[in-house]
Amino acid sequence: MTTYTPPPSTIDDGDSLRPGDAEPAGRTNAERAPSRWLYVVLSVGVLVMALPFVWMLLSSVKPEAEVRSIPPTWLPETFTLENYGELFDRLSFPTYFVNSIVVAVVVTLGNLVFGSMLGYALAKLEFRGKRLVFVIVLGTLMVPGMVTFVPLFVLVSNMGLTNTYPGLILPYLVGPLGVFLMRQYFLGLPDELIQAARVDGAGELRIFWSVMLPLTGPALATLGILTFLTSWNNFLWPLVVAQTEDKYTLPVALALYSVGQNATQYGLLLAGAVVVVVPVVVLFLAVQRYFVQGIAMTGIK
Amino acid sequence: MATATTAPASRPSPVGGSPGTKRRRSLLQRRQTRTAWLLALPFLLLFAAFTVGPVFASLVMSFTDMRSTDVRTPFAVDLAGIDNYTALFQDPLFRKVALNTAIFVAVGVPLTMVLALAAAVGLNRITRLRAFFRLGFYLPVVTSIVAVAVVWRFLLQPDTGPINQLLGVVGIDGPDWLGEPSLALPSVIAMATWRNLGTLMVIFLAGLQTVPRELLEAAEVDGAGRWQRFRHVTLPLLRPVLLFGAVITGIGYLQFFEESFVMTNGGPLNATRSVAYYTYDQFSFGNYGYASAASYVLFVAIVVLTAIQFRVLRPKT
Repeated sequence: MTTYTPPPSTIDDGDSLRPGDAEPAGRTNAERAPSRWLYVVLSVGVLVMALPFVWMLLSSVKPEAEVRSIPPTWLPETFTLENYGELFDRLSFPTYFVNSIVVAVVVTLGNLVFGSMLGYALAKLEFRGKRLVFVIVLGTLMVPGMVTFVPLFVLVSNMGLTNTYPGLILPYLVGPLGVFLMRQYFLGLPDELIQAARVDGAGELRIFWSVMLPLTGPALATLGILTFLTSWNNFLWPLVVAQTEDKYTLPVALALYSVGQNATQYGLLLAGAVVVVVPVVVLFLAVQRYFVQGIAMTGIK
Repeated sequence: MATATTAPASRPSPVGGSPGTKRRRSLLQRRQTRTAWLLALPFLLLFAAFTVGPVFASLVMSFTDMRSTDVRTPFAVDLAGIDNYTALFQDPLFRKVALNTAIFVAVGVPLTMVLALAAAVGLNRITRLRAFFRLGFYLPVVTSIVAVAVVWRFLLQPDTGPINQLLGVVGIDGPDWLGEPSLALPSVIAMATWRNLGTLMVIFLAGLQTVPRELLEAAEVDGAGRWQRFRHVTLPLLRPVLLFGAVITGIGYLQFFEESFVMTNGGPLNATRSVAYYTYDQFSFGNYGYASAASYVLFVAIVVLTAIQFRVLRPKT
């Protein structure tokens, strides 16, 4: 499989630029050898970005009294896992964790399957109404969740699905992002593959499933990771549709505990934040190449 | 799903002479159309039910007096005309939350863009450790807003929070960031900026890498200083990327909700309550029609802001 290499960005009209002359000046210039203070400034920036996480991790293993001590300590004087113990024993975080996983995995699979199906149809097949479908799907990229959640709640209530997994999952099973990403990727694959498969006698569905889809690995990975993280971090819909604790997802549980009667247990809530944040950070670090690609392509956070 | 529609053996040979060409194409076209709809239908049905339908339902509901008690009989509710909208704009609390949201966008978007652009320019100039620094700036983006809002709430505590402790080191007596009405919204904006600048940084960095070095070198030969080169070469070329960044950040910030839900509960004195928060509140009170009207005001604001940004940042020709 060929990977896309961008064309050289040089627009060389031959006379205005004299690379031979300009080159030495460019190299000796600070443009090429950044001064040390730039590294200092960037390091300070990264430190500011990272400190809240460092402090979260350190505080989550302090006993409650130490988290509240004045002045606050940075390194834990007493190391303890009691906050995590309480999360898992008293506050049923394992349940929320499983709920988050189930919802995110099913939502991701749905977006991959249905997104690549429609994306392929829009990119490689001819049918009437194609343009209209594409415009409508893309048009909804701008619609915020705040606009649809009230009627969605009415709909899901009438389907009898509040406080159920299907209720949590169905509204997110398909989305415009998947179609957009997959269509773009399919457009980049050569039509000759499809024609060759047709000559070989493959049916249209078979061409999609066995010939084209296996070539979309990077796109599927990008979409899968984006969708999983978005679902994992999703808040408003699970907040309104999950009504009893056994259906809370992690962010919902964390938010409700942090404004409820546990709101004063600092160490406990910070340990909860660790449980929400660390799995996706680990996932992200493992597959960040795809993820940063996706962000640069779509800007979706 | 992997099953082929037709058995290959039973099909007429696709490589026919010229008389068969026309017929073959139309057969292929029919098969394509059928396959396309087969592939599209599952998506479109779900999408119609759970996305497109609700967008229109929300608009219709905003002109009704629907309440939570009407959930089972949504078609029996009465039309209320534009009453919800007039009530919205007469509610001092709505005017307050609209102002808060406007401030959040007006301050947050430029702040995030400038910091992200600075980080991107810095990252673009260094050669070593670039991936590490990019990762560092980017990390907050992948985390849950709820979780980082919890962390920031404790970071900003007046006595036990490390931020005031750090300020104490340089002799500043830190205030109660989230407790003072005048400081709460700026604190929430700071947190949002911290979380979101990585998204823009990655986009800007990609944009910077498309700026041809030859242009910069030519400008340098012509005697342009570093700032002039940035101002007159790099920035104009980044225009589309800046527009994209401004639009997505603006859309995101117009909807801010989780930040204040977790950090301040919308307080103190509604200082951090947003339009989205107001919508959620009205939904919780059971005022579905009214909540829909509030959400549509937000939607219209998003469309208008996007249009303005396209106009302002459109390439000058």
